[in-house]
Amino acid sequence: MSAAVETQDQAHHEDGDHHGHSPFQAHHFETMQQQFDAGKLGIWLFLFTEILMFSGLFCAYLIYRYNHPEVFLYAHKQLDTTMGAINTVVLIVSSLSMAWAVRAAQLSQKKLLVFMLSVTLALACVFLVVKYFEYTHKFDIGLYTGKSNVMYQLQHPDESDYNKELYDSAIAAEKKEAAEHKAEHAYAVAEAEHEDEHPEDHGDTHASEHGDSHGHGHAGPEQFLDAPRNTQIFFGIYYMMTGLHGFHIVFGMVAIGWLLFRSIRGDFNSEYFGPVDYVGLYWHLVDLIWIYLFPLLYLIRS
Amino acid sequence: MSNQSTNHSDDHEHGLSHVMPLSILFGTFIALLFFTGLTVFLADQHLGEIDIWIALAIATIKAGLVATYFMHLRYDKPINVLLFLFTLGFVALFFGITLIDSEQYQPAIQDYYEATTTVTVSETPAPAAE
Repeated sequence: MSAAVETQDQAHHEDGDHHGHSPFQAHHFETMQQQFDAGKLGIWLFLFTEILMFSGLFCAYLIYRYNHPEVFLYAHKQLDTTMGAINTVVLIVSSLSMAWAVRAAQLSQKKLLVFMLSVTLALACVFLVVKYFEYTHKFDIGLYTGKSNVMYQLQHPDESDYNKELYDSAIAAEKKEAAEHKAEHAYAVAEAEHEDEHPEDHGDTHASEHGDSHGHGHAGPEQFLDAPRNTQIFFGIYYMMTGLHGFHIVFGMVAIGWLLFRSIRGDFNSEYFGPVDYVGLYWHLVDLIWIYLFPLLYLIRS
Repeated sequence: MSNQSTNHSDDHEHGLSHVMPLSILFGTFIALLFFTGLTVFLADQHLGEIDIWIALAIATIKAGLVATYFMHLRYDKPINVLLFLFTLGFVALFFGITLIDSEQYQPAIQDYYEATTTVTVSETPAPAAE
């Protein structure tokens, strides 16, 4: 036991309300078991309100996807499945390390507890860094929420001069590209007819190359000219869901940091590990919500 | 409440709650990784309309694993499990009722969209050319 704990112990003695053998037993609890169970019920009640809060966003997602599947089919292509999958794995590993930290606390393994909490904290940072790259990539191509979204601006050219300008330049870029493709295609067909005995085969291979080059050629706002109506709402839902989740990660990091401080101080052992367990439950819930967010946002295919 | 009510563990008879064996923690972890891989793999298999249900089923299995083992619900007090199930019931109620209601307003919303949005596509891009 460290000096800090001993002073707390001392303070308790002076108060004259020291019931159990742990300095962390609050005076209104009969036993450590009662204190632990009360805390556990408390954290569960908090987590249920969290589930209900997130369910509001899931409900928005459900209603909008049910009524406008075309928006989701179109917009999911802007999300990077690999990044999403990496973040899923990062959260699963951090969940394991958190569960292991709880176990270490229960078994009074102080060094292991500190190590596992550090691993969890580091993985939370990794998650946020990946999220940062995802967000900034979207911001770079103008995929903001609401009226700032490039898709909305292209569909509302009459709303402002900026929108009009964007719209005109996108149409111009689209026309230019279409003309280039036409020329390319005509040239390819002529070449195929001239040299090849099997024009169909040649046409096929060329078509796939053509598709590829088309994908690369589209970099500006003109790539979003074919967006369905109100696709910006998908990004509203995406940012709110992942943003609120990200905020929970940040809050979790603060809580884990606090646990780390206390575990280094030596507060936790098999008699008293409630806070580790409660923060652990919170962290698993954050993981659990991501488990649903990942397929719902990144794996839309039909 | 009895002091022993949450204590099903043989090797830690004095503990405040169940200590999860490392084998179960790692088993859960491996299963979660497997299901993550599976759902990513299945997403690109062109399963058609049902793929969302498969993805959600896999997500629910994963969520169940996290809740049961990482969150100790299997060894927790029944009251916590009961409250958890109540919460999920209320979420289902919330979704269900909102979904029924939402269809009613679609025609009006559609009219509003038609009136306020310019959908522009002057020339359909590449796929049409093939």
